[in-house]
Amino acid sequence: MTTLDSSKEIKKNDSEVSEHHEDFRMFGLITFLIADGMTFAGFFAAYLTYKAVNPLPDGAIYELELPIPTLNTILLLVSSATFHKAGKALLKNKNSYTQKWLIVTALLGITFLICQLFEYFNLPFGLTDNLFASTFYALTGFHGLHVTLGTLMILIISWQTRPKEGRITNQNMFPLEAVELYWHFVDGIWVILFIILYLL
Amino acid sequence: MTISIDSKDSNNSLQPKGWLRYFSFSLDHKVIGIQYLVCGFLFYLIGGTLASAIRIELASPMSDFMQRDVYNQVLTLHGTIMIFLWIVPVVNGAFGNYLIPFYVGARDMAFPRLNAVAFWLIPPSGLMLVASYFVEGAAQAGWTAYPPLSITTPQSGQLIWIMSVLLLGGSSIFGGINFIATIIKLRRPGLKLMQLPMYCWAMLGTSLLVVLSTPVLAGTLILLSFDIVAHTGFFNPVLGGNVVVYQHLFWFYSHPAVYIMVLPAFGLVSEILPVHSRKPLFGYTTMVFSIMGIVVLGLVVWAHHMFTSGTPPWMRLFFTIATAFIAVPTGIKFFNWVATLWGGKISINSAMLFSCGFIINFVFGGITGVALAQVPFDIHVHDTYFVVAHFHYIVYGGTVFIIFSSIYHWFPKVTGKLMSEKLGILHFAITFIGFNLCFAPQHWLGLNGMPRRVAEYDPQFQFVNQISSVGALLMAISTIPFLINIFLSIRNGKDSGDNPWNALTPEWLTSSPPPVENWIGEAPLVEEPYGYGKPISQEN
Repeated sequence: MTTLDSSKEIKKNDSEVSEHHEDFRMFGLITFLIADGMTFAGFFAAYLTYKAVNPLPDGAIYELELPIPTLNTILLLVSSATFHKAGKALLKNKNSYTQKWLIVTALLGITFLICQLFEYFNLPFGLTDNLFASTFYALTGFHGLHVTLGTLMILIISWQTRPKEGRITNQNMFPLEAVELYWHFVDGIWVILFIILYLL
Repeated sequence: MTISIDSKDSNNSLQPKGWLRYFSFSLDHKVIGIQYLVCGFLFYLIGGTLASAIRIELASPMSDFMQRDVYNQVLTLHGTIMIFLWIVPVVNGAFGNYLIPFYVGARDMAFPRLNAVAFWLIPPSGLMLVASYFVEGAAQAGWTAYPPLSITTPQSGQLIWIMSVLLLGGSSIFGGINFIATIIKLRRPGLKLMQLPMYCWAMLGTSLLVVLSTPVLAGTLILLSFDIVAHTGFFNPVLGGNVVVYQHLFWFYSHPAVYIMVLPAFGLVSEILPVHSRKPLFGYTTMVFSIMGIVVLGLVVWAHHMFTSGTPPWMRLFFTIATAFIAVPTGIKFFNWVATLWGGKISINSAMLFSCGFIINFVFGGITGVALAQVPFDIHVHDTYFVVAHFHYIVYGGTVFIIFSSIYHWFPKVTGKLMSEKLGILHFAITFIGFNLCFAPQHWLGLNGMPRRVAEYDPQFQFVNQISSVGALLMAISTIPFLINIFLSIRNGKDSGDNPWNALTPEWLTSSPPPVENWIGEAPLVEEPYGYGKPISQEN
């Protein structure tokens, strides 16, 4: 490297430059979830605009049944709690407990999806019936896709936390923490979706 | 928790060496940067050929060179390629990948694998986009893909177009996440945010826009594809849908997209001007706040594209005022650049000429932009060539000039060779004259009512259109000296040494071309990246 005339302005840091640095994978994940949240925000904005400016034809106004989505809300909220328990157990190095809690979480997710499908089959409208129907399916379907992916990831990490050769341990918690954050995010989106789509 | 960074990580023994690594799934940010640049330039040549075809067609008032629908397909492909495959990847991906790790004092980007994935999404989606032209029913609704046009014209090409843009949007988001994490988290110890070179700030702002707005475009395009495939009615008025909702969602991305295209150019020009005028960048702090101001305002001005779409008066008022406000931070930046040049020891070389050309062109584009923000004027020239002229003054006269300027500036960094100044100045002269000859007359055409996106026009406009076409021809020719220059300089360019410009920004404080790990030993701490001319005797 050639020396520069003004090299006095370029100081070398005396302190030892460590080849270790902070883990910023979580930071990247949060940025990604913000982006993902913006997709939902776009859908919500479209839905609310339609609701405000596009009157539906006669006979196309449905009162959505509340029991199933309410059950689904409870399922997801409980699954967030069970996931949290899984993380707590891993901190205490109890991998088998972690695995059990994760499987419970995954089962809750699967139950959610089954309830969602059950609701779909019992709705009085189809995807192309009218604007409200299309938006309803687009929003819940896009969220359901997130739940599906989340459930798959939970199943994968529950396999990886198996006590003997598992990759995820007390020392390597990132995969679990990442999926947990994602799961809470999907859960939060559902709460917003439930309020906007079903309650408003 | 900490992760150890092994410099071998980014160059393990399985990675090919030499020129082959540019065709590999390399994790080295410098290789990825060049991959972005070369790939983007190839698509620029395709997009440029399409542009030439458009101008040949418009040399006569009748649609004799192309059929009307072919013309629409060509202009759709031209717009989409130029935006999503040339300007956005090059000005963000290419220069961002090459420079940002140097600027923050890192050995690579925060997520090298994600980075390689982001690049390798581009060539396949680019090929898909080009291929969409050859299937039956190529996309012909313009790069905006407004429904109902995009859902009523033949659709297979439109669907491939949507898929391709979705993938490119994904690539863009991955890149954005990477840049934000690198700039915020990967700075070398002791380097403060307010000591970063300006391009870092520009990329931080741009990446925020990418992360916040691109997903909305993705969601919108998914809904649009539902309209095409499943015959839902989101944007189809026949089925009770609402086309204006599409426009809102689309422009929520696509107005920030303009800043995604020009903010990095603002950053790059802020790097180039101080070096070649040997003066510190004027008004660093105001520059930073201007960038952030543009980011915030850029997110809330989208409806100024929709003044003729039946927007209510309160919305028009709000978006006019917000748009006019963007002129303030942009103006601050221009005054700062001119003040940087003022009294400097200016070297007239290709990089500097292109940067000065940028300032001139962008002032034109900026002024017409403020004019277009005014509702009465906008309604008069909406969808005319005035808009085409304004847009090209921003993206070609602005960003593409800076891309060329940056290539001349950083070519010695990448190759260790100097580019020929004679050919560079020739390139600049033809580009600058050709560009202004092509687009300046279009202001007049638009003011007199020539609509855009039509193959046929009133014969009274023929003469001015022919002038414009001559300009386009010059722009096409201008690529030749540039390409000759690149190839000659790579083969037998003069050796540049490590730091031919005596620049102080960190990327020049290592060898040219840089080693794989960027620095032998630890990264230097550059507290004053623009500390030129402090003790005047030390210059030269």
